[in-house]
Amino acid sequence: MTSLATLPPRPGTGGRIRRLLAVSDGAYRGALGTVAALFVVLLVVFVTALVVQARPAFAHFGFSFLTSTKWDPVHVHYGVLVFLVGTLETTAIALMVAFPIGLGCALALAFGIPERLRVILGPAVELLAAVPSVVYGLWGLLVVAPWVRTVIEPALGHITGGHEPFGGSQIGVGLLLAGLILSIMILPTMVAISRDVLLAVPGVEIEGAFALGATRWQVMRRVVVPSARGGILGATTLATGRAMGETIAVTMVIGNTDHFAHSLFGTTQTMASLIANEFTEATEPFHLAALIGVGLLLLVVAVVVNLAARLLVRSVGRQRAFGIGVL
Amino acid sequence: MTIMAVDPVLARRAAIQRIAEATDHRRQMFSGLALLACRACLVITLIPLVALLTYVVIRGASAWSWAFFSHLPTPAGVPGGGIWNAIVGSLIIDGMAAAGAILFGIAAGLFLAESSGRIAGTLRLATDVLAGVPSIVVAIFAYALLVAHGIHHFSAIAASFAIGILMLPVIMRASETAIKGVPTALSEAGFALGARKATIARKVILPAALPGLITGVLLAVARGAGETAPLLLTAVGSQYFSVSPTKPIAAIPLVIYQNGIQAYPDLVKIAWGSALFLVVVILVLGVGSRLLAARLRRVRHE
Repeated sequence: MTSLATLPPRPGTGGRIRRLLAVSDGAYRGALGTVAALFVVLLVVFVTALVVQARPAFAHFGFSFLTSTKWDPVHVHYGVLVFLVGTLETTAIALMVAFPIGLGCALALAFGIPERLRVILGPAVELLAAVPSVVYGLWGLLVVAPWVRTVIEPALGHITGGHEPFGGSQIGVGLLLAGLILSIMILPTMVAISRDVLLAVPGVEIEGAFALGATRWQVMRRVVVPSARGGILGATTLATGRAMGETIAVTMVIGNTDHFAHSLFGTTQTMASLIANEFTEATEPFHLAALIGVGLLLLVVAVVVNLAARLLVRSVGRQRAFGIGVL
Repeated sequence: MTIMAVDPVLARRAAIQRIAEATDHRRQMFSGLALLACRACLVITLIPLVALLTYVVIRGASAWSWAFFSHLPTPAGVPGGGIWNAIVGSLIIDGMAAAGAILFGIAAGLFLAESSGRIAGTLRLATDVLAGVPSIVVAIFAYALLVAHGIHHFSAIAASFAIGILMLPVIMRASETAIKGVPTALSEAGFALGARKATIARKVILPAALPGLITGVLLAVARGAGETAPLLLTAVGSQYFSVSPTKPIAAIPLVIYQNGIQAYPDLVKIAWGSALFLVVVILVLGVGSRLLAARLRRVRHE
């Protein structure tokens, strides 16, 4: 028996290149499989390289690498707690600002504005998600920081009479500014995905609620949001991951000091900004290993957060948003 | 008639309607206020974004001149510097990164689109997670592989490697989606003609999926072109003109970062000019990919 696949190429159908590309089905599958396997190898090498390079730091400092607050390259002592807390603080501020505003904005984009506006504003928000972080950083440092120093910080300081959490010197850059810039940066991502999830809620459920006499707000509050809860949570988690890993914009506006922020106006550092600031200047081997250790920590946090986000959104069955819609 | 009157469902519905009508005015007022709050959130979201773009356009445009695009950087205090070397550097870094990521990403996308089951599912999840890995961590990987070992100094190729890894998940998922969107009837027609899988992929599936592929590639390039943190650990920037893949090289995002944090007004001006250039390039890529994809789809349908 001669199957079609085993027939020799028809004569006169083309040159050598064409014949070369017309490989057998087995070879084609093999080639694609190899590419996929290479991808896996890449990921394995990725993790292995980081672990191997960070090992000296973990081996030498042990658990104190995570719990110590002293980061002192001169005396070869490395503890990351300050930066871990810095990352958590900036992310928390960003989420506290971005979550309510983002949800409201997504609701407005999905149901609260006329169709004509929606088709313009929807893609516009998605495009803004693509503005590079270094541009946010430049704007934050040169435009927002002076404004925060002269307007926001005096106003907030006035409320508490110069006490915590709005105490300390008002210099513009610091924890508060970093959190604000981060919230502006994650808003487009949050809004674009949440809006997609909200729009995916079945029309039947919405119409049913309207038929019972519910108002638009009641439909949104009681039907749409509960039904899209998983996706909104996923979008928030994804934005959290983005905020935690954000490097350059934070580096430009947080002040970069190696201690805890004494107040919201205080300066500190995040794990990502620490790496950006010190990596190319790390000459001593332990210093480099410690920085790579910080990177590994960031990787672990990012993977956990992202896995959670993907699983949450996947359960809603919306994958498009991550595939191409949003960067 | 009497039977319908005691129907509990109808009775309940009537009760609900009565309550709904009685509270209608109050609820409508509240609904209007709540919607207003949502619209206010929309405005609050847009204000900083519009402000950002306005500042970048105004401050950036005043830095633009022929010399800005055609000259090399000058030392601080010497006016007239430009970003020509950074433009070329970014083109080289992102060009090499895109070439690698496109070849690899589309092939992997084909694999994902044609496979199902546990292995493909895990791969998909891994791709999505890779898309969420902070770029600074990818930069450390590129450093460990190509700067600390491999080439042994900072280089354009290390930067391309890092940027390429960041582009990869975007291209993979976008091409998978695009390829899956190609009607199976098309490839079945190919099989009916006795064509091999490779031939069908090249002549039927990839051309039909082209709009989606282009969108994915342009979005990936837009993402890669704006990345700064990876360049900081790999390309590190340069004041000189270089096209060598094995040497440190200048790049637009690095110019923005390194000049933006200086105290010299002319350096800051160059940072704003570069920021406008980068934003224009990225928005053109973003808008262009959408328009091109829409156009190609329309042509195909006609």
